[in-house]
Amino acid sequence: MKRILKVIGRFFLRLQQKLSETAFGRAVGKVWDRITKWMAARPNSVSVSSSFIAVIAGLLFGFIVMLIVDPSNALSGFFTILLGPFQQGLRSVGDTIFYAVPIILTGLSVAFAFRTGLFNIGASGQLYIGAFIAVYIGVQWDFLGPLHWIVAMLGGIFGGALWGSIPGLLKAFRNVHEVVASIMLNYMAIYLVNGLVRLFIFNPTLNRAQGPEDSSHIPQLFLGELFPRSSINIGIFITIVVIILIHIVLNKTTFGYELKSVGFSPDAARYAGMKEKRNVALSFIIAGGLSGLAGAMMFLVPGTYIRIVDVPLEEGFTGIAIALLGLSSPIGVLIAGLFYGGINRGGYFAQSLYREEIVDVIIAVIIYFSALSLFTQKMIAKYLSRRAKRDVQVQSKGDVR
Amino acid sequence: MEHTIEMLNITKEFPGIKANDNINLRVRKGEIHALLGENGAGKTTLMSVLFGLYQADEGEIRVWGDKADIRNPNDANDLGIGMVHQHFKLVNRFTVAENIVLGAEDTHRGFLTYDKAVERIKSLSRQYNLNVDPHAMVSDISVGHQQRVEILKMLYRDAEILILDEPTASLTPQEIDELMQILKRLASEGKSIVFITHKLEEIRRIADRVTILRDGKQIDTVEVKNTTNKNLAEMMVGREVVFRVEKAPARIEEPVFAADSISVYSPTVRKDVVKNTSFDVKSGEILVVAGIEGNGQSELVYGITGLNPLSGGRLYLNQKDITGYDIRERSLAGISHIPEDRQRHGLVLDFSLEYNMILQNYFQTPFQSRGFLQFDVIREHAERLIDNFDVRTSIGAPTLARSMSGGNQQKAILAREIDRGNDLLIAVQPTRGLDVGAIESIHKQIIAQRDAGKAVLIISYDLNEVFTLADRILVMYEGENVGEFDPAETSESELGLYMSGSKRRETS
Ligand SMILES: Nc1ncnc2c1ncn2[C@@H]1O[C@H](COP(=O)(O)OP(=O)(O)OP(=O)(O)O)[C@@H](O)[C@H]1O
Ligand SMILES: [Mg+2]
Repeated sequence: MKRILKVIGRFFLRLQQKLSETAFGRAVGKVWDRITKWMAARPNSVSVSSSFIAVIAGLLFGFIVMLIVDPSNALSGFFTILLGPFQQGLRSVGDTIFYAVPIILTGLSVAFAFRTGLFNIGASGQLYIGAFIAVYIGVQWDFLGPLHWIVAMLGGIFGGALWGSIPGLLKAFRNVHEVVASIMLNYMAIYLVNGLVRLFIFNPTLNRAQGPEDSSHIPQLFLGELFPRSSINIGIFITIVVIILIHIVLNKTTFGYELKSVGFSPDAARYAGMKEKRNVALSFIIAGGLSGLAGAMMFLVPGTYIRIVDVPLEEGFTGIAIALLGLSSPIGVLIAGLFYGGINRGGYFAQSLYREEIVDVIIAVIIYFSALSLFTQKMIAKYLSRRAKRDVQVQSKGDVR
Repeated sequence: MEHTIEMLNITKEFPGIKANDNINLRVRKGEIHALLGENGAGKTTLMSVLFGLYQADEGEIRVWGDKADIRNPNDANDLGIGMVHQHFKLVNRFTVAENIVLGAEDTHRGFLTYDKAVERIKSLSRQYNLNVDPHAMVSDISVGHQQRVEILKMLYRDAEILILDEPTASLTPQEIDELMQILKRLASEGKSIVFITHKLEEIRRIADRVTILRDGKQIDTVEVKNTTNKNLAEMMVGREVVFRVEKAPARIEEPVFAADSISVYSPTVRKDVVKNTSFDVKSGEILVVAGIEGNGQSELVYGITGLNPLSGGRLYLNQKDITGYDIRERSLAGISHIPEDRQRHGLVLDFSLEYNMILQNYFQTPFQSRGFLQFDVIREHAERLIDNFDVRTSIGAPTLARSMSGGNQQKAILAREIDRGNDLLIAVQPTRGLDVGAIESIHKQIIAQRDAGKAVLIISYDLNEVFTLADRILVMYEGENVGEFDPAETSESELGLYMSGSKRRETS
């Protein structure tokens, strides 16, 4: 194990060195460091209201894109997207929640890592490995009976944690920047899964993985009746439990205290005798597990299959935007994720007005621009305060450094 | 008389505290104006208002006679105001030149034009004798050098009004001399300088006038030559100050801590910077390691506390070999450590004060129970320390450490480390950045620890402090123990010879 770590570590270090020799690589590295630091110090630098302003800015920007593409449909399209969750009554409310669940979980994964001073850009790969293991169990282990879906889901968590442990260990013990390792691992994950699917659970006629058995689907229970014809399942309850757990761990336990210390100030944590390396590794494993759970939630349902793909799944990256919007707090991520689910559903209905690809762009614009605008808010605030009357005092907390 | 800066009736409130209360500060062209006041008196706040980091709640600022609306540091820069912060804000992984240019980049088609910048840095450095190497990495240069980089950074931006917040707190006496020369030179060229310090001697040496603040209020502004140090100290503290702390003779007992030929390797300079050094500290004794900064003192402490590994030798605490212990094990075995860099090691700045007070003990009862933090206990613990050590904050235990004044951050760390009641107390520059009143009380606390039978190891670069505290003095030069002295039988000048390496003697 140690030997393997050493070899992989050397490879990544070499890569990192090469990257950091280019001006571009250095610039990117600095930006990443900035973002991570900023997110770790989140509670002191931004407020909830700025998150709302960000969302409004994102929506406005999305509207502008719609105006540019096709002004005649812009207004109705905009409201279709905004009111997405309610287009078909309860059914679309249920679907909103259904589509939000994996995004909430990847968002939580990224947010958790942020709080401990790490940038988990590898949620996509962790999700995919988790998905494979979950689906593999779902296809092959139907002897498990009623426990089937639970074991498959736990398998997903395990797969994500395993994949998350690689950048975690590399960062902790070989000093490889987690971003470099994670990006590589996102690609490795899709090729690995492509290969494993072909080997074990391939459906050659449809050129995709077999679907998991019914017994491994996340159950709908009473939600099926509450939200008729919706895809919603109890994944949302599991997600809420996980959110509460993470919230408690971060804010109430000594373990969370330690993780946050390392995130805020690795030097002070070391001074205090904390094992900052172990914490880095553990934090990445937990973050990976959360992404893996997202993978299980995405694929342990009827009608969704692992396909042979060659780009990392976008859900992992959307998670970053969600974590930013949710100010990397578990509760904030839940809200931001539901918002995403709503927009996403709205986009589905807006396809009657705009081409599918355009809708995808609009959704992406709304989400990413919202996240981005959080960063530019200080500038916006400054601009506004200049224009505002002199006696209106604006105190920007972020400046106290 | 021409005023470059006028701050009129400035009031600034933070939740729970009036940091500045109706302050009037006028600075003349070519003047060195000192700001004096206890920790938390509001000096940094006042200068932050001038530099645009905070907006005053009331009052106005005039620059060159015109009303100025300074909303951020960029506005301040545009008005020719520069500031060196109490804790430097250089980026470690950048070169000196990159740091200086940062935020004032000249670009050519989107690319930085460093060559011109480097030329300009070199010529400024020559002009003012700053001796700054534009290509050095900030992480590799000394604190004094960093200080000069900060000054050059202001000059690079054509600042006419220079604010320096406790610039001498971490400099060696030689570096302080150099800085004084530089400041005098700048003032004689017509720049206005506002200079924050706790050291009355420095005010006497270079300042023309001094403004004294206490509890956010302005006590007075006086000509330095018309006043005495005693006067200044009284205005600042509001009572009489004893400059020398009384100390009973030590009741020294058996050794608590022993270092046996230890060496410590420094990864930055890639060699042993502590070489084969032995000494012990006994219970009821204060051992002060004196020497010029940079002779291995920092690494000596890192080696003892476990922040750096030893490259040779053994450590004993209460006769137990602790060489193989990690940082936490040493701390639990009985070592308290007041670190040199309070903002880097001593505190998690984004935690509240109460969280910082349990930094090493959060996992122990009663601060936790079954893995859960016990918030009530943590709060009470912090409140007790705040009271006992006179730590001044705006809202008590929940105050964010980052928002506390520099001196009060230091007092908080002292409180935490002394309170842990360990057998060995290690303190590096314990009174750095503290006002005279606080220094007096901290010295008393340290002596009380000794009298309670603890072993105390102090690293100090300040000979005044060395003689105030020491029961025994050890001089370090180039990583070696070059002599041990009884403070009653030696003098500053004798120590000076050993500290500079001109003399050494074999130690037992
Ligand atoms: N951003 C802030 N938020 C809340 N309170 C603050 C903030 N900055 C300063 N304070 C409070 O204002 C008071 C004055 O602080 P300031 O930093 O100006 O003191 P100072 O005179 O510079 O002290 P020192 O000599 O210790 O550096 C302190 O009580 C401090 O706790
Ligand atoms: Mg200050």
